[in-house]
Amino acid sequence: MSAVGILFRRELGAYFATPLAYVYTTIFLMLAGVFTFYLGSFYERQQADLMAFFNFHPWLYLFLVPAVSMRLWSEDRRSGVVELLMTLPVRNFELVLGKFLAAWVFTGLALALTFPIWLTVSYLGDPDHGVILASYLGSWLMAGSFLAIGSCMSAATRNQVIAFIFTLVTCFIFIVSGFSIVLDAFSGWAPTALLDAIAALSFLTHFDAIAKGVISIRDLLYFVGMIVVWLVATSIVIDLKKAE
Amino acid sequence: MIELKSLTKQFGNFTAVDNISLQVQAGEVLGFLGPNGAGKSTTMKMLTGFLPPTSGVAVVCGCDVMEKPLEAQRQIGYLPEGAPLYGDMSVGRFLHFIAEIRGFRGSEAERRVLQSVDRLELRDVYHQSIETLSKGFKRRVGLAQAILHDPKVLILDEPTDGLDPNQKHQVRQLIQTLSQDKIVVISTHILEEVTAVCTRAVIISAGRVVADGTPLELEQRSRHHQAVSLVVNAEIDVSGLRSLPGVADVQADESGRRVTVFPANGQAIFPHVQAHAQAQGWEVQAMHVERGRLDEVFREITIGGGQ
Repeated sequence: MSAVGILFRRELGAYFATPLAYVYTTIFLMLAGVFTFYLGSFYERQQADLMAFFNFHPWLYLFLVPAVSMRLWSEDRRSGVVELLMTLPVRNFELVLGKFLAAWVFTGLALALTFPIWLTVSYLGDPDHGVILASYLGSWLMAGSFLAIGSCMSAATRNQVIAFIFTLVTCFIFIVSGFSIVLDAFSGWAPTALLDAIAALSFLTHFDAIAKGVISIRDLLYFVGMIVVWLVATSIVIDLKKAE
Repeated sequence: MIELKSLTKQFGNFTAVDNISLQVQAGEVLGFLGPNGAGKSTTMKMLTGFLPPTSGVAVVCGCDVMEKPLEAQRQIGYLPEGAPLYGDMSVGRFLHFIAEIRGFRGSEAERRVLQSVDRLELRDVYHQSIETLSKGFKRRVGLAQAILHDPKVLILDEPTDGLDPNQKHQVRQLIQTLSQDKIVVISTHILEEVTAVCTRAVIISAGRVVADGTPLELEQRSRHHQAVSLVVNAEIDVSGLRSLPGVADVQADESGRRVTVFPANGQAIFPHVQAHAQAQGWEVQAMHVERGRLDEVFREITIGGGQ
């Protein structure tokens, strides 16, 4: 097994070594349920789709993903383990990737546990399963982007609370950049190209497209690009900050 | 072989390591001595590839640590300062993780783990999670991790810090048995450790090498080297001792019964002192030649402003 695989296994194991993973998953599932059935009016909509469920995912991730990502690097930097890791014969990006993948698979597991809602909607009506599958994929990719941002923030500080807040703020900016509240502020004076660029940076624009069942290369590239860019940033930040 | 060539590390305006050049051969146990903040740990961090030097190079077994970090790191076993470990893992799982990262698989990984567990007597805590262990056990897990792949170069940052006297003894014995065909570099501020395990001592102060030699050579720089201490039954008149050949100074404690005679330039004055004591008819209870005091040399070099 490669170094990434070994690191991945250790990190994933660490999630389940403490009650944290179980508490986190429980909270995620409860909130997902509350959002879908109360705020999303799942029954009242009388439609055999999961829009009510997926529409709230960006907001759910906004608070729950930073809670997962905050300890990715901060904890190891605080305890000094980072020195041990970085003097083992492993490359920097293998460490970054191993940790990220473990966190991503962990959120994927939490997401997969929402399957009863899929069963429910299939029982009640005849939904488009392709769209639902695409939405799950989009949701997971979005979680990955949030995590990659969180990984970079976590590498920048030893303090988990600071990592949490910085991740939340950065992700929030990336969500609302597609909203008219933000875009209106620019629309009066900024050129359309800039306006489009700001809107194109938003998680929502790309997630909505995938959630409608349209998996375009552009949207996939956006999420994959986000993950790659933030992971590269993580690798640079950890290299710069390790001496402190 | 380890080679440091004009190694320098600056943090902003502060120079932590200032132009250090050293060569260490296989079989040597090098003790890095120095006050806190002298640059011992920083030097070790550059040697292991954790920190990039501002200028200069570190070469381990023919590999430039900056250019071929992985090749160099494969040859190195490293115990960082404070022995950081994954607290949430059990000792066995942690060592297996290290074995796998080091490239060992299956029964070979198992064999390596058990071997280092035995060497550091960790069998009783094998299944225990690391955060529940005492400081001494944690340090030993850190050492087990460092020797697991039988490295050519062992770099140990304060390996006996926080251990009780028995454990210290054990670790020193381990270092001695390991050192036959390896290079061992330890940093410490426990001076007795240097005399006990090191074949060579390098004292650094403010980022520079201020002394380099065998522990014996360093001891010889001490004022106490070849000094004669004697304890007598009643207060004596020491003025006669001063006029003996080769004697530089004589000091007596408050009771006047415990006297130290210092030689000039490390000359052997024991026979003269003994003869004098006999001639004066002193009732001598104890009398011995001192080897020299490393702590004195250390203080003199690191506070007294260089050589």
